[in-house]
Amino acid sequence: MPVLTYREALTQALREELTRDERVFLMGEEVAQYNGAYKVSKGLLDEFGPMRIVDTPITELGFAGMGVGSAMVGLRPIIEFMTWNFALLAIDQVVNAAAKMLYMSGGQFPMPMVFRGPNGSALQLSAQHSQAWESWLAHIPGLKVCTPGTPADAKGLLKSAIRDDNPVVFLEGEMLYNTKGEVPDGEHIVPIGKAEVKREGGDCTIVAHGKMILVAMQTADALDKEGIAVEVVDLRTIRPMDIETISVSVQKTNRAVVLEEGWEICGVGAQVVDFIQRECFDDLDAPVVRVHQADVPMPYAKNLERAAKPDAAKAIAAVKKVMYLD
Amino acid sequence: MATKVVMEALSPTMEEGRLVKWLKNEGDAVKTGDILAEVETDKAVMELVARGDGIVRKRLASEGDASPVGTLLAVIAAADENIDALVAGPPKAEAPPAEAPGAAPAASEPSSAEPSPAPPASAEEQAAAPAQETAQAPTPPPPSPPAPPASPARGSPSSPALSPHRSAPHPRSSPLARRMASERGVELARLRGSGPGGRIVKKDVESAAAAGTARPGTAGTAVVAPRFISREGDYQDIPLTQIRKTIARRLVESIGPVPTFYLTTELDAGQAAEMRAQLKELGDDYKASFNDIVLKSVASALSDHPEVNAHWMGDHIRHFNRVHVAMAVAVQEGLITPVIFDADRKTLVEISAEARQLAEKARQRKLTPEQYTGGTFSVSNLGMLGIEEFTAIINPPEAGILAVGAVEAKPMVVDGEIVVRQRMRVTMSCDHRVIDGATGAKFLQTVRRYFENPLLLVI
Repeated sequence: MPVLTYREALTQALREELTRDERVFLMGEEVAQYNGAYKVSKGLLDEFGPMRIVDTPITELGFAGMGVGSAMVGLRPIIEFMTWNFALLAIDQVVNAAAKMLYMSGGQFPMPMVFRGPNGSALQLSAQHSQAWESWLAHIPGLKVCTPGTPADAKGLLKSAIRDDNPVVFLEGEMLYNTKGEVPDGEHIVPIGKAEVKREGGDCTIVAHGKMILVAMQTADALDKEGIAVEVVDLRTIRPMDIETISVSVQKTNRAVVLEEGWEICGVGAQVVDFIQRECFDDLDAPVVRVHQADVPMPYAKNLERAAKPDAAKAIAAVKKVMYLD
Repeated sequence: MATKVVMEALSPTMEEGRLVKWLKNEGDAVKTGDILAEVETDKAVMELVARGDGIVRKRLASEGDASPVGTLLAVIAAADENIDALVAGPPKAEAPPAEAPGAAPAASEPSSAEPSPAPPASAEEQAAAPAQETAQAPTPPPPSPPAPPASPARGSPSSPALSPHRSAPHPRSSPLARRMASERGVELARLRGSGPGGRIVKKDVESAAAAGTARPGTAGTAVVAPRFISREGDYQDIPLTQIRKTIARRLVESIGPVPTFYLTTELDAGQAAEMRAQLKELGDDYKASFNDIVLKSVASALSDHPEVNAHWMGDHIRHFNRVHVAMAVAVQEGLITPVIFDADRKTLVEISAEARQLAEKARQRKLTPEQYTGGTFSVSNLGMLGIEEFTAIINPPEAGILAVGAVEAKPMVVDGEIVVRQRMRVTMSCDHRVIDGATGAKFLQTVRRYFENPLLLVI
């Protein structure tokens, strides 16, 4: 199986879907001539031309609205935000237009569109540009939210997202673009709403998504050396969330740690914990522990940024806590 | 590597087993799967097999010993292997499950033959898995256990009949631990939690289940000391079989300290009435009440059925060779049960006289303790108050009491004809730990035979 970067896997998915369906087009800042701020659309302008790969001014609300309008008349737009931090300017179109159009038009206007771009922190981009938005977006009925953590899932989920007749929010990771992994050629589809056990283990479940899958795997590797078998459940999509896969795992391990990039209060992990307490109450041997970003705007200083982010050391401590080993 | 041979849970409800017979001697070479011993469980006699290869180096249990599940019975090891540390451990598993944090995960995972601390996938698997463990290394001596978690006094000494876990507040425990404890019959109140604040967690329940600190066969029972001193020879003590222990434990859990069931039947009092009339004609010295005839019938039946003439002693059953019938007498303060000793050997007239005398003394509060303790079975009669039928409460440690109703004229179909007969309803309360349904029914058949044919009482 070919080994691709996360970035290449996304490009492959875009290319395949642009080829497959001529209603699909990509629009955003610097997606065409510059090949994308993160080079995800590299080569696509040459291949599909300026009608399908469209550069926009720096007007997030405007081009997001154009995307909504074009979806209303039958196209299948992919709107790229340079980062999701900039998408705040377009949030009215995402939340009030795209998410509600089908409902408020009495079923007349489906919204077969994708909003995509990098989410979360990178390195020293400071408070305004280091934010994970999935809990905000997953809060909204009418949106689907994908958070692929591996190249294969990036490709498979993006293809599903483009083919979905509902607005899909697609959260990539700036720090993930260069990560590598095996990616199946051609028709590789990952269904939206299906989590995956990325690693099996019997002692403790770590539920994570997106970039935190890397942290979860590092945690599992480190704990494996201590004889603790961690099971990593990758949510892959936040909405809809795959409760069953989470439950099956926790019913097996009796313990869970929920790991996410964002903040604690009303975070994705809060929802996961709620599902666990509902579905697995009699299986729990310890309270579920969450690992998340510190409850502060992301610091710029390198040492403080590191201290604020969730990492393997914090996840290891959490696993030991739920196993009563601390 | 040495392999410990422990008492395994050979049935889902087994909490202890009796080693019936060793099939391997010390020094015998065994292979995994070889039958080491026969073990009597609560259900049947089962085979205990070796879970490792080597020499049976040491047998720690003797034939006939009953041991809780998890008890070390023997050690299999290489001929030259030092097993002192294994053998030196307490032979019984009654020590509290003290655990050093993180120490010897294998010991707390008795169902896993591997050193990995990975717990098995499900509780079912654990229950089914053998309890034998492969010893890795001598376990360090357990640290002296800290004070148990807050567990307020459960049940004062003055109410020993209450089973402790009913009145005790639950100790802190994880939801999983609570579920596992109820599935495996482990009493949480007996455990020391190793989690924060003394929380009882999964491994504590597993250790307890493996070590056999699950409810013993006598849990919840009031072991009532006999209130009189019997001389040897007056009785025969019957050791409890595993099935009898299981019945006792389960029934107590179900219904309370004395698991009672009731048997009702109707006796024909025609001949008893006739006999009374004839005796009356002989003069006052020969007067007998229906109750006297009942007492004599019961006494005779008890001597035929020692299994009913019995006490529940907590860890065994006592069948009496002598019949001491206690009769309930209503007095102003309540109720007292004077005893007609050796009632089976007394004539009807003697019983009648003694009963009258005891009842009179009871009403005058002149009974001495020797006169109202020591019954082996009781009879209570409310017939004279017009009660047709009732149930009486067993007076522990006795195993039964007969409640006698009024003699009443009732229409009966005899040979296709409706005739009027004198009938009397009796209800026997039985302690199910001692008396089973059929046992009680057969006893009542005998009572019927005597009462309906009172000539048998005088020959």
